[in-house]
Amino acid sequence: MNSVPATDQYLGIEPLRPWAVTRSTNLKNFSRSIVFGLVAFLVTIMTPLANIDGWAVAFLLINVAWVVGRTSRLGVKERRDAVLRLVFTSLAVLAFVPWLSIFLTVLLKGYRAIYPGYFFSDMRTSTPEDEFNIGGAGHAIIGSLIMVAIATVITLPLGILSGIYLTEVRGRMTFLVRFIVQSMAGVPSVVAGLFIFTTIVQPMGKYSGMAGGLALAVLMLPTVSRTAEEVLKLVPDDLRSAGYALGARQWRTAIMVVLPTVKSGLITAGILGVARVIGETAPLLLTSLNTNGFVWNPVGGTVASLPTYIFSMFMYGTEYSTSRAWTGSLVLLALVFGFFVLARRLSTTAVQNAKTDSRKARKLKKKS
Amino acid sequence: MTKQNADTVTRTPQQFEAASEFRGLETRGAHAWFGTHHALADVSLHFPERSVTGLIGPSGCGKSTFIRLLNRMHEFIPSAAMAGEILLNGSDIYDPSEDPALIRLKVGMVFQKPNPFPAMTIRENVLAGIKLAHLKRDNHDDIVEQCLSRAGLWKEVKDRLGASGGSLSGGQQQRLCIARSLAVEPQVLLMDEPCSALDPGSTLRIEETIKELAEKITVVIVTHNMQQASRVSDYCAFFLTDGGPGYLVEADETRKIFTNPTDSRTADYVQGKFG
Repeated sequence: MNSVPATDQYLGIEPLRPWAVTRSTNLKNFSRSIVFGLVAFLVTIMTPLANIDGWAVAFLLINVAWVVGRTSRLGVKERRDAVLRLVFTSLAVLAFVPWLSIFLTVLLKGYRAIYPGYFFSDMRTSTPEDEFNIGGAGHAIIGSLIMVAIATVITLPLGILSGIYLTEVRGRMTFLVRFIVQSMAGVPSVVAGLFIFTTIVQPMGKYSGMAGGLALAVLMLPTVSRTAEEVLKLVPDDLRSAGYALGARQWRTAIMVVLPTVKSGLITAGILGVARVIGETAPLLLTSLNTNGFVWNPVGGTVASLPTYIFSMFMYGTEYSTSRAWTGSLVLLALVFGFFVLARRLSTTAVQNAKTDSRKARKLKKKS
Repeated sequence: MTKQNADTVTRTPQQFEAASEFRGLETRGAHAWFGTHHALADVSLHFPERSVTGLIGPSGCGKSTFIRLLNRMHEFIPSAAMAGEILLNGSDIYDPSEDPALIRLKVGMVFQKPNPFPAMTIRENVLAGIKLAHLKRDNHDDIVEQCLSRAGLWKEVKDRLGASGGSLSGGQQQRLCIARSLAVEPQVLLMDEPCSALDPGSTLRIEETIKELAEKITVVIVTHNMQQASRVSDYCAFFLTDGGPGYLVEADETRKIFTNPTDSRTADYVQGKFG
């Protein structure tokens, strides 16, 4: 091996990205869309096309015209490619519209009632029509979190176990288990609530957070179990073989090799399940109902939750209570969003760690 | 073939006696099936203790199937079936009273593709077998150093035992897998084309490792590389298939297989005329 060349040998050479889009092209594209947007705005003023939807139609037509005009001198393939790209881009934007509409509505209608105390106060001493600077949904947030925690504690182990059964054990009941899990995913949430109402609430003689958590668990299990199964399927058989070849028994390999390999995926499975049930209203109306104060005891009677808080505030029907309901929706959305971000973060950390490891390894190699 | 098979069934008590004294791994009339597909027919071979045996032959002639028979990995394929006897130090590993997990503990295996456990560090990878098989060992540090040294990896990784196993290069990963199989102290180590995905430098390193291992344990290695077979093995077995099940053509000392084989097909194969 020759000695490593000194770095100053390559002093004049800069790292380049010839494939990257240049800043001037970006600027050109951006200013073109601004111009097209303005033209579309003029069109909405001067023609029967009006409002935001009219503007969108005009904007799209101008873009199509521009793409067709620009590519007219090129071949058929290039023109088709450009037009299709435009079509798919607009479809992607279209798919984004309902989400944006919901989000903006909730944000615009819900921001008014937010003040720091909203997260820490309950509604015991304030009525729905009070000003926004007293009362809050802290009790609902806590209730939701407690019930979702109960559901998670029950479903996460069950879901992972059924995932292991479906992918590792592959016993005689595989078909049956998968069939039941899939049909459970189709159970209407109100039916899950009724089930817990008759089996838990009636015998106990009272509504409770525990019952609510159990009803949510019924709805959460299919999501967790299906996701866990899909995640476990990703583990290469090589690793299982390696475990067996070391003299390990099946359950040992499953617990020590297979599960740790997809730890982040299993966390994601749990969080997807949480996001699935945290907004459920119907089963909670039948199991935990609603209340105005903080309840920490999961078997101590009715418990508030965000969905039932929103529901009752809307039912109250005054201006202030409706605003409070929107704010509750905003908090609920933020919670779900937070859970999804957390899921994304956790599922990419593993990959990130592997990357940093290999980067470190390369650095070490360079040093030696 | 059928005649030979009949021989193995009707053994005299003396032969039995002789067999049970044989130390090492031995197969008698081993067959393997996948469903109705007869993959391997009537292989009788000896793998003496502290020797390296190379299994050579063209693709699809049942070499990998054969070595998976030797540590009961064959049975993980749902439609798999087998016949014949596989004896480890004289006792049949397919006897119903034998525990497959304990057999695999005695007969370790290194796979074609490096497969370190990605969720574990280098150190944990080496110790994985001990934890997986519930072995009682208290000198973990010694085991890690010893196994990594024997696999020729210690010097390269001793300063980063806490790094993930997946951060190593391909050749290093394969040596880590070898170290991992050594940690449970197997009597036999099966290697299924361990160098097929590696560069010449790593291959050389692993070949040295194999030679060192053979001072203590029995090694069986499948390889498509004739030079490798002639470099590392003491004995060679040549497998072939004529479209039907794979069978053993000839097994002998490596020198004889490569210089003066009995069967003309062996000569053609080792000289690179086909395969």
